[in-house]
Amino acid sequence: VSEARTVTLCLNGREVTETVPPRLLLSDFLRGTLGLSGTHVGCEHGVCGCCTILLDGEPVRSCLLFAVQTDGHTVTTVEGLTALDGKLHPLQEAFKEEHALQCGFCTPGFLITLVPFLEKNPHPTDTEIREAISGNLCRCTGYHNIVKAVKRASSYQLTATNQ
Amino acid sequence: MKPPPFVYRDPNTVAGALEALAEYGDEGKVLAGGQSLVPLLNMRLAQPQALIDLNGVAELRSIGESRRDGRDGMAFGAMTRQCQVEAEASPIPLLAEAISWVGHPQIRNRGTIGGSIAHADPSAELPLVFRALDGVATVTSSDGPRDIPADEFFLYTFTPNLEPDEILTEVWLPLPEPRTGQAFLEVARRHGDFALVAAAVSLTLDEAGTIAGARIALGGAAPTPMRATGAEESLIGANPSDECFSDAARLAAEEAEPTGDIHADADYRRDVAAALVRRGLRTALERAGAAA
Repeated sequence: VSEARTVTLCLNGREVTETVPPRLLLSDFLRGTLGLSGTHVGCEHGVCGCCTILLDGEPVRSCLLFAVQTDGHTVTTVEGLTALDGKLHPLQEAFKEEHALQCGFCTPGFLITLVPFLEKNPHPTDTEIREAISGNLCRCTGYHNIVKAVKRASSYQLTATNQ
Repeated sequence: MKPPPFVYRDPNTVAGALEALAEYGDEGKVLAGGQSLVPLLNMRLAQPQALIDLNGVAELRSIGESRRDGRDGMAFGAMTRQCQVEAEASPIPLLAEAISWVGHPQIRNRGTIGGSIAHADPSAELPLVFRALDGVATVTSSDGPRDIPADEFFLYTFTPNLEPDEILTEVWLPLPEPRTGQAFLEVARRHGDFALVAAAVSLTLDEAGTIAGARIALGGAAPTPMRATGAEESLIGANPSDECFSDAARLAAEEAEPTGDIHADADYRRDVAAALVRRGLRTALERAGAAA
């Protein structure tokens, strides 16, 4: 019934063309078809936030999108946060410094949610941070160290601006 | 947790979408933001033969001022994302307050105002605002558009008053009248979850400070978003007081027909409804005073 379609998208800065069946979820396309296993799949119904990716710069659930819907759009996954030479994104550094993860399963979703948040709001309050991450579940940390990591990343940005 | 196979159509115009929908009739399902439909597909609770994806229909993404029946208001194209509605909602305080309760930021980035209302979940926020304010839905078929007032839009849980060949294309909501205060309150197990009970309240005072208009709507309290009309009527002409607010709250709870489930039993929901209406009326009164 469902004819495969060819889609072309900009994924982590490079153009990707693949042929996909319409029912293929974007999360499965990224992990299965393209081998980008950084995007994690938790609940597959939009509750846990692990599979969050950026679609045209905005965080959305990749388990609630079909790969066919990304034709002509820009997608960024957690792999796209790291520089080509392997240098971590400042927010990733901050997560490391503050021990903002234990098992790490939820981390890609948090990072992807928080990167555009910090771009829009470089010096957020604790309340704003907690609101921003309200759609991401973490079962290990109790969120405290995640909030601390966001504060730390925010201070990196401050330092960078002052230089 | 994988969606069943379906035929995928992605028209660029409303006309194209109607044509595609006509091909599949009852077996076709319109895909808006997908924040409710795709979970249903993933869990195989819905297995439509075809999905008609409206995400490419640019003409359904718009926000504008619009007057209807002598009321000033705002018209939202059905595919306007909830995050865009959130950014422009300030002229309608009830909408602005309610929309922050819709899911989470990631959900609102993709979810649409039309999709939420057409999904007709009785515990969802946007259908409740639509019902509270007597909004108007415009639905379009190949015969042209027709308007459905909010009190005729919700037939039952998850069942909007839409024919299989119709698409919800626009949602209209009125601006508040002068000396109006509005409040949206909700109790949910976790922030971002669907409401156990939600209340949308709007109070309009006359120049003497007497209640000239009252709107009380409850979510999670009946098979559809409901208006507590008895409670509303009890307030008209009254001087605002804690006593008349408590009476109205009690009436509203009596009008509610909540059912119990694993999260909360019916009596609890009724108690919460009364508490939210009472608090909502007090807050709306303060805001109406501030708006005077």
